[in-house]
Amino acid sequence: MANPVESEVSRRGVLVGGTATAMIGVLPSGQGQAQPASSDAVRQGFEVSFEVNGKPYSLQLDTRTTLLDALREHIHLTGSKKGCDHGQCGACTVIVNGVRINSCLTLAVMHQDDRITTIEGLGTPEQLHPMQAAFIKHDGYQCGYCTPGQICSAVAVLDEIKAGIPSHVSADLTSPPELTNVEMRERMSGNICRCGAYSNIAEAIAEAAGSKT
Amino acid sequence: MKFDTAAEANPIDRMRVVGRAHPRIDGPLKTTGRAAYAYEHHDVVTNPAYGVIVGSAIGKGRIARIDLTVAERAPGVIAVVTAENAGKLGKGKHNTAKLLGGPDIDHYHQAVAVVVATTFEQATAAAALVRVEYAQAEGRFDLDEALKTAPLAKDPNSPEKQGPPESRTGDFEQAFAQAPVKLDELYTTPDQSHSMMEPHASLAAWNGEELTIWTSNQMIDWGRTDLAITLGIPKENVRFVSPYVGGGFGCKLFLRSDAVMAALGAKAAGRPVKVALPRPFVPNSTTHRPATRQRIRIGATADGNILAIAHESGSGNLPDGQPETATNQTRLLYAGANRLTSMRLAVLDLPEGNAMRAPGEAPGLMALEIAMDELAEKLGMDPVELRVRNDTQVDPEKPERPFSERNLVGCLREGAERFGWQRRNSSPGAVRDGNWLVGMGMAVAFRNNMNIPSGARVRLGQDGRVTVETDMTDIGTGSYTIIAQTAAEMMGVDIENVLVRLGDSAFPISSGSGGQFGANSSTSGVYAACVKLREAVAQRLGFNSADATFTHGQVLGGNRSAKLIDAVRDGELVAEDKIEWGGLDKSYQQSTFGAHFVEAAVDGFTGEIRVRRMLAVCAAGRILNPLTARSQVIGAMTMGVGAALMEELAVDKRRGFFVNHDLAGYEVPVHADIPHQEVIFLDEADDKVSPMKAKGVAELGICGVAAAVANAVYNATGVRVRDYPVTLDKHLNSLPAVS
Ligand code: FES
Ligand code: FES
Repeated sequence: MANPVESEVSRRGVLVGGTATAMIGVLPSGQGQAQPASSDAVRQGFEVSFEVNGKPYSLQLDTRTTLLDALREHIHLTGSKKGCDHGQCGACTVIVNGVRINSCLTLAVMHQDDRITTIEGLGTPEQLHPMQAAFIKHDGYQCGYCTPGQICSAVAVLDEIKAGIPSHVSADLTSPPELTNVEMRERMSGNICRCGAYSNIAEAIAEAAGSKT
Repeated sequence: MKFDTAAEANPIDRMRVVGRAHPRIDGPLKTTGRAAYAYEHHDVVTNPAYGVIVGSAIGKGRIARIDLTVAERAPGVIAVVTAENAGKLGKGKHNTAKLLGGPDIDHYHQAVAVVVATTFEQATAAAALVRVEYAQAEGRFDLDEALKTAPLAKDPNSPEKQGPPESRTGDFEQAFAQAPVKLDELYTTPDQSHSMMEPHASLAAWNGEELTIWTSNQMIDWGRTDLAITLGIPKENVRFVSPYVGGGFGCKLFLRSDAVMAALGAKAAGRPVKVALPRPFVPNSTTHRPATRQRIRIGATADGNILAIAHESGSGNLPDGQPETATNQTRLLYAGANRLTSMRLAVLDLPEGNAMRAPGEAPGLMALEIAMDELAEKLGMDPVELRVRNDTQVDPEKPERPFSERNLVGCLREGAERFGWQRRNSSPGAVRDGNWLVGMGMAVAFRNNMNIPSGARVRLGQDGRVTVETDMTDIGTGSYTIIAQTAAEMMGVDIENVLVRLGDSAFPISSGSGGQFGANSSTSGVYAACVKLREAVAQRLGFNSADATFTHGQVLGGNRSAKLIDAVRDGELVAEDKIEWGGLDKSYQQSTFGAHFVEAAVDGFTGEIRVRRMLAVCAAGRILNPLTARSQVIGAMTMGVGAALMEELAVDKRRGFFVNHDLAGYEVPVHADIPHQEVIFLDEADDKVSPMKAKGVAELGICGVAAAVANAVYNATGVRVRDYPVTLDKHLNSLPAVS
């Protein structure tokens, strides 16, 4: 672990960065009280290794770097999108060790040895994943900015249902959940699509689910 | 090409490619994460520095002092730019408030500084170290208060942008006083946020005096022009690039601070800089749909003929801002000899109000179409029949001016039939499904058609491929695909042989994307360029271009045929043209029409509202691609559900800002809120609007939706809510007793 002084400064930096916009509403003069970090070099050089789409990566990262920014700014896999950087939209959804997460809400250095799958790892324009193909067929997107997150989420949702994980709308917790329209809509609700492609996304997922089994 | 007489038969009418439900040609890139948006151009700029904007912490006042010493010493910081060191800046033609504040502050979250550092984390941390002391001033933040003394406003949409402050036909007051059945109600709509999924972002790179900016913008030439004006540099020195746009809905019509601050930051840092607005800056630092206060009066005969109709709306904006034109549709939608519309505009110190998806009509119909529902109830008449009875085929203010096409009645009849409208119980609060109160509602959709000049360049390469270049943008609207379809149809090639390049100021100036004019205008521009290219091909191959047919890679004419590719054996052919518009919109009123039907259920105990079914029927000219057009409509219907049930920027009237300025506080519909949606397009080809005979649907789709939902909720509960959004607290106390 980093030395205690350093992690104290880091935490504070993260805290101020994350709440700055809420704070300035109540701070008419001067914003933020944090002091510049004294040991930025330490913060810059944290090493972390993980696997992305089957490829190993070893990165020197600022400890404050989110997994999302590590992917987008350091590995240049920009398929995962930043819609809010707050865990409010789902555009940054990636699959870590088989589970979908908001990659903006987790620091890259927390992912030593993890297996990460991004939209780029699901398929390519030449060789689409069935979920990607279903989104194209059903026009489950418009601007495309929420789309990688929707697709990663949808792929993970099918696995969650297969694994028998219940949701808020599962009527019976003792029998395996089914991929009903209501289940799917509930489970996908962390992925906002402001273009409003929901009705088509539902059809795309239903088709991909059918073709999968 | 000037379009000034009705279109005759042309190659588009074949509809071999145009009019087909072709999947998006950009789909494989978008669904695999390979489409590069504004912040993602690692291919062209390898070492950008990161800029993070500091926004004003007050709504109105001055910066007394700005202290950069701590920020400038912070690790990784390369430069900090404020109004003090930015040099003289202009203000873009389309901006109401300046994009870099200081010393005067015009609104909350107005940019006051950009901190540029080597990494995003460093820039973010250092931005929090910029010390700004403000001298706060009294601001005007209360719309209702400000409207009490607000003057009448001119209609900014009238041809001279200076219409009369009121429109009057006949004698409204007298006819209303004498009408046997009267409605007189007030409706309110709140400030709304576009909240597109990609916040504004720009990457700026200087090469000497020349600036290239990769950004996210709907209107390339507006943005380029306004950036040049703001920076005080020649427009020719700016290249403005926006190939993919993560949604806009009007919020990216204009240059915003991300682009200006990226450019200034890059200049100061001496290297490329990218800047994205943080999500919580979107509502207060960019634009929003202004709130309205609307009074509607309708007088009718006992059998439902409108005798008098008045629609008065008030809204607010920053000094020099425009009113929300919520009364527009009321001048054109229903018959009636005596009419009055007017708008008031209050000066507010809230962030800039501006166009959001169907500006004017969207909030206007939120009110008008509840009013019509209320009138139908007063008359004891079916709401669909009331609309049919008051249909007009001419401009009600100028009866000599017919609509180019108007099949509103067809939309209403088809919709009622498909939706099972006859099963609606006209007594509100009477239908139950377990604990749920169930109701049906409908509303009319209306949105004016606008045509904008639009240019394109088409190239027939020696490989037989057709390349289209235009600065048109695709903001999710399907521009890439419909432009490829247009070029394929015109040149008689497969769509796979068409390459479309968009969103670059190096290409001919297009209509851009906005006002639902993009599809029709930009494809008409491509049509014009293709006509020229066909002439060039015909000439090379020795055909008479007037009667040459382009089909399946062949050119046919007289009694001979040639391969298209033979025309480029000695070199490629390039043609450029633009569509310009004559006066057909003067002699014909050009509009789009639709009808929305909604079934809603309201929990009898909690008042929770769920939308169960939605149907839209649209009559909007030729539909260029039913797949992407349908998506535009379902997306707009979804946003309409948001407007009906949840979307509202909450105003802090003391400090002057929108409080709920992120996606947790500003609620938009999610998967669980939206049922399966049906869309039907009526067959139509409007030869008075363009050679494509198309109009647009992207904004039509939202018009009336919120009212249809509100009317369905009323039909379910019997409690009329006239104050959007219709949230459960507004009807909970009055719900029928649960038996
Ligand atoms: S960017 Fe991570 S949830 Fe929005
Ligand atoms: S496709 Fe644009 S936000 Fe979903």
